[in-house]
Amino acid sequence: MLNLITYFYSAPFVPGILLADVWHGKHSALEPAGTAASEIATLFWAMAVGAAVIWLSMIVLGVYCFRTHQGMHPPRLPWFIIGGGMAVPSVVLAVLLGFGLSAMPRLVGPAPEGSLRVHVTGEQWWWRVSYEHPQGLDTQRVELANEIHLPVDRAVEFVLDSADVIHSFWIPSLAGKVDTFPGRETRLVVTPTSEGVYQGICAEFCGGAHAWMEFTVVVESPEAFDAWLAEQATPSNTLHDEGATRGRTLFRQQGCGACHSIRGNVARSRVGPDLTHVGSRHSIAAGRLPNDRLSLVRWLRDPKGLKPEALMPSFAMLSDEDLESLAAYLHGLK
Amino acid sequence: MTFEPEPFAERPALVPPLAAAPPLEVQRAQEERLLNVWKSPAGWRYWSDVNNTSVGLWYLVTTCGFFLFGGILALIIRVQLAVPNNDFVSANTYHQVFTLHGSVMMFLFAVPILEAFSVYILPAMTGARDLPFPRLSAYGFWCFLFGGVFVCISIFFNMAPRGGWFMYPPLTTAYQQDVGADIWLLGLTFIEISSLALAVELIVGVLKCRPPGMRVNLMPLYAWYILVVAVMIVFAFPPLIAGDVLLEMERAFDWPFFDPARGGDPLLWQHLFWIFGHPEVYIVFLPSVALVAMIVPTFARRPLIGYGWIVLAAVGTGFLSFGLWVHHMFTTGLPGITLALFSAASQAVAVPTGVQIFCFLATVMAGRVAWSAAMMFIVGGLATFIIGGLTGVMIALVPFDFQAHDSYFIVGHLHYVLVGGTIFPIVGGIYYYYPLARSKALSERLGKTAFWLMTIGFNITFFPMHITGLWGMPRRVYTYAAGRGFEELNLLSTVGAFVLASGFAIVLWDILRPKRKQPLIKRNPWNAGTLDWAGRVPTMNWGIRSIPEIDGRYPLWEQPNLLRDIDEGRYFLPDAEEGLRETLVTSVIDARPEQCLRVAGPSYMPFIAAAFTAGFFILATFYYWLLATTSGIAAVVMLIAWAWRGTGAIPEKRAKDIGLGVTLPLYRSGPASVGWWAMFITMLGDFTAFMSLVFGYFFYWTSRDGFPPDPLTGPGTFWPLVGGGLLLAAWVATVVARYANRRERAAGMYMALLVAVVLALAGSLALFAGPWTTGLNPTEHVYPATVWVLVGWTILHVLLGVLMLVFCAARRAAGKLTSEYDADIVNVLLYWHFLALTAAITVAVVAGFPLVA
Repeated sequence: MLNLITYFYSAPFVPGILLADVWHGKHSALEPAGTAASEIATLFWAMAVGAAVIWLSMIVLGVYCFRTHQGMHPPRLPWFIIGGGMAVPSVVLAVLLGFGLSAMPRLVGPAPEGSLRVHVTGEQWWWRVSYEHPQGLDTQRVELANEIHLPVDRAVEFVLDSADVIHSFWIPSLAGKVDTFPGRETRLVVTPTSEGVYQGICAEFCGGAHAWMEFTVVVESPEAFDAWLAEQATPSNTLHDEGATRGRTLFRQQGCGACHSIRGNVARSRVGPDLTHVGSRHSIAAGRLPNDRLSLVRWLRDPKGLKPEALMPSFAMLSDEDLESLAAYLHGLK
Repeated sequence: MTFEPEPFAERPALVPPLAAAPPLEVQRAQEERLLNVWKSPAGWRYWSDVNNTSVGLWYLVTTCGFFLFGGILALIIRVQLAVPNNDFVSANTYHQVFTLHGSVMMFLFAVPILEAFSVYILPAMTGARDLPFPRLSAYGFWCFLFGGVFVCISIFFNMAPRGGWFMYPPLTTAYQQDVGADIWLLGLTFIEISSLALAVELIVGVLKCRPPGMRVNLMPLYAWYILVVAVMIVFAFPPLIAGDVLLEMERAFDWPFFDPARGGDPLLWQHLFWIFGHPEVYIVFLPSVALVAMIVPTFARRPLIGYGWIVLAAVGTGFLSFGLWVHHMFTTGLPGITLALFSAASQAVAVPTGVQIFCFLATVMAGRVAWSAAMMFIVGGLATFIIGGLTGVMIALVPFDFQAHDSYFIVGHLHYVLVGGTIFPIVGGIYYYYPLARSKALSERLGKTAFWLMTIGFNITFFPMHITGLWGMPRRVYTYAAGRGFEELNLLSTVGAFVLASGFAIVLWDILRPKRKQPLIKRNPWNAGTLDWAGRVPTMNWGIRSIPEIDGRYPLWEQPNLLRDIDEGRYFLPDAEEGLRETLVTSVIDARPEQCLRVAGPSYMPFIAAAFTAGFFILATFYYWLLATTSGIAAVVMLIAWAWRGTGAIPEKRAKDIGLGVTLPLYRSGPASVGWWAMFITMLGDFTAFMSLVFGYFFYWTSRDGFPPDPLTGPGTFWPLVGGGLLLAAWVATVVARYANRRERAAGMYMALLVAVVLALAGSLALFAGPWTTGLNPTEHVYPATVWVLVGWTILHVLLGVLMLVFCAARRAAGKLTSEYDADIVNVLLYWHFLALTAAITVAVVAGFPLVA
């Protein structure tokens, strides 16, 4: 009751509740869409059934033990303890260990030679994603934020690190998680097996907006993926309507380029997320808001209110018209 | 001359009690003297009491208070998560709430309550009148109270730690600059030290303060478990304390132990934390099993089956638990082979747990069970715990942990383990032991109602978490978006949490409700077989009227007329002729009487010393270095005054007749004395902390390039070798002083002590000169910081050692230390043995290792 009262009481004051919910795709370890996740899900179901059987057996055994009234010391009791307490658990655990660890080489082994490699850096509280350039231009990475596209049925190697604190990179539908560290590279190999949109999250507590550090994973056909990557590699294309043009000017005037980069625009800073194709992403602010103009305005006005301790400064001093222009510009960066 | 006790061993194994009771008026006079000696001070002086029943009671009440506080924090968490996008509390507050919930439950409830329980009932179980160092218990309690309150109230000032109870850097170093993390580090380190002090006390209590005849294979299982757990504390807490030191050095002085930009590594903290953190799980679980092992035989109305198996299983669990820590780090990208090894070890720990459970099952199978609320909590707790154990086996399997780690599945798992394995048996223990403490019974009806509310509420709360976790809900999120499928299960968890809380509320009411009109219980109300139930109703402060000789595991069932003989003073120490508090000290294995120990009475010294110690830690939290240092010095002065006035007093006579024709010395030194054991165990813990720092040095060597740097920047070999040599010479001089004292050569002893002090100080200077003259700057890189921390640790210990040497000289001069009564210098020498080893290792590592690396 208390929580319901709290809910109704707080609803009018919470911007989040009034917003349309962001749908990021599937995010359940029990609905696998990748080889690793399927293997682990199978292991889970086998263990869950086994655990249920063992627990029920223990309860039945317990009830039996309490019900018998022998009032004496049955001579075979040592075997009860050795058998039940040592032999049976040892055998069950040995089998389980063999079964479970046999999956290890497939789960932690290196990706096949020539696999797609994606670099992901966890930052407070978003994900910097960068692809090696499709034309093999070493100097140029294709960088974006909070969104990853993957070709279906191909192994992908994620090279993970962190810019600040420890995060953990987790796409429950595709694979297990791996922590990301400052000053240390970790790796995760993922092979998605069905097309779709999946949600990734930060699993290691990383401070203020840990709860809002999500990302979208789009698994598509290899052709669609190649087309997408080629598109991402190009400079941004800007809308040329009046609002967007004003927004572009405002973007420069307000110093947004001090943190953000938009390839094709002057902004080159790598402090915050790359915005070159921000308009094409599924959501903004690492999954906090849907990607539409209204949400962009809300975000520009009050980042910290939406994501506690967010490092993006507020632009609430701008007029509604200015904010809408900025939003129009950003939303047009497809 | 040396002093040998009476050859007690030559007597037959069992001393029969006096054939006839002493005359009634003699008994009355004895009882009056005993009561007088052991009575708690009245009025406000009550708080100077140090007796185990008083301190144990305060301890229990305080830990339960912290439990309620942690429980309210849990309810705040559940209200916040009841609905998506909730703003019942802000993210910042939520982070403080869950950090404090975990820290309070672990450090201020789970560990201390076992120590509180043990302080209260261990002496009763082992027929002792008190623990061997009552003032140390009191000091530990006051430290715990001050430190715990300090940590808890921080949340009311919005200053509480907010890094999660495992405080991973670099989040807690560079990214949380406010005082919260310092409160966690210093406040809880302080409490860890008090937990360690209590662990030392309990180990010595189990090993040396048993009744005659209670050989190790006859000890109540509770004593075995507490022994295992206390030893685990001695080895598990120091790595965390070492980690705390490193983390606080980084926060306060910018020594970059965990900063990768300067060669540090955040993973070192994870290793140190979990080397502590995993044994910790068993440290809080095993004492509850200890309660199970006491309660099950009582209600099965027969001795426990598989005593030896249980002891082996407990010891085995203790050992194994130190080899599992990496299973908290399966997702940190460690090599596959490491993961597989730790996975196997983590599975293996299920085996001793299985053995213990089957021993309990065998006992109820062979016995005829009488039901009671206590028994229900035990059985329900174990059934719940088995679920946690099974999910534990699941997550110990690396592949599954890749998914489950840091998700709500873990939250579900750990609460099944801790609530089922620890809290249910503790509530059972409260229902079982409440009558022992208060001579009134708790209500069976309320207990059973509470049991069902708690069981149902608990499962509604925590079972769904396994599912939310696998559906992708990470732990430690202050809220979640709607439309993810988390809403219903979270709401269910919240409803369950309030049902669970109502169960606890009933238990609380049952404890607090007035019982003035309720009749006193009959003596030994559960008809238990162990010595803890030998006390009279109403409870007498003297502990036990006379200390019996024991020849079985369940003396109240096995030894006829035991209660009568105890009551009539037909056994040992039935009197307090000298008006001093006395208890028996026996040998470690066979429990042969060795000494009649005079234990300390009421004193404000523990309280004052604890207040100054608290002052040091609390002021240091806010970086008030001058005030903190002043308070720290005051604490040291207080501790010296306490050691001077309160310990090692030379008795008015050498030996005393303790009854039944046995005469025991009143003073012992060396391994026969409790003080020597306390020093030895303390130094094992201290040395473990030091070795954790050394582990850090080699961890950096394996994990980071350029450690040690090439070419080497310091500290050279010359000064460290000179320092090491001088310190070893100081150690030799201390040995000489000890033997000069034994041979009654006062001048030689003073001279040797003086030489030792000078050599020790010179050695410290030389050790300091190593990194100093080579210009090692600890803020520049982790290498100099590590060298400095090892050198600093050693120097600090040398200074402490010097203080002890001066203390011995002063004691000798004051006539408090003689050739016969030489426990002081024997214990100081023991300290110096460890110090010599520490110095040698420090020199070998900082000067020698770079040469071979």
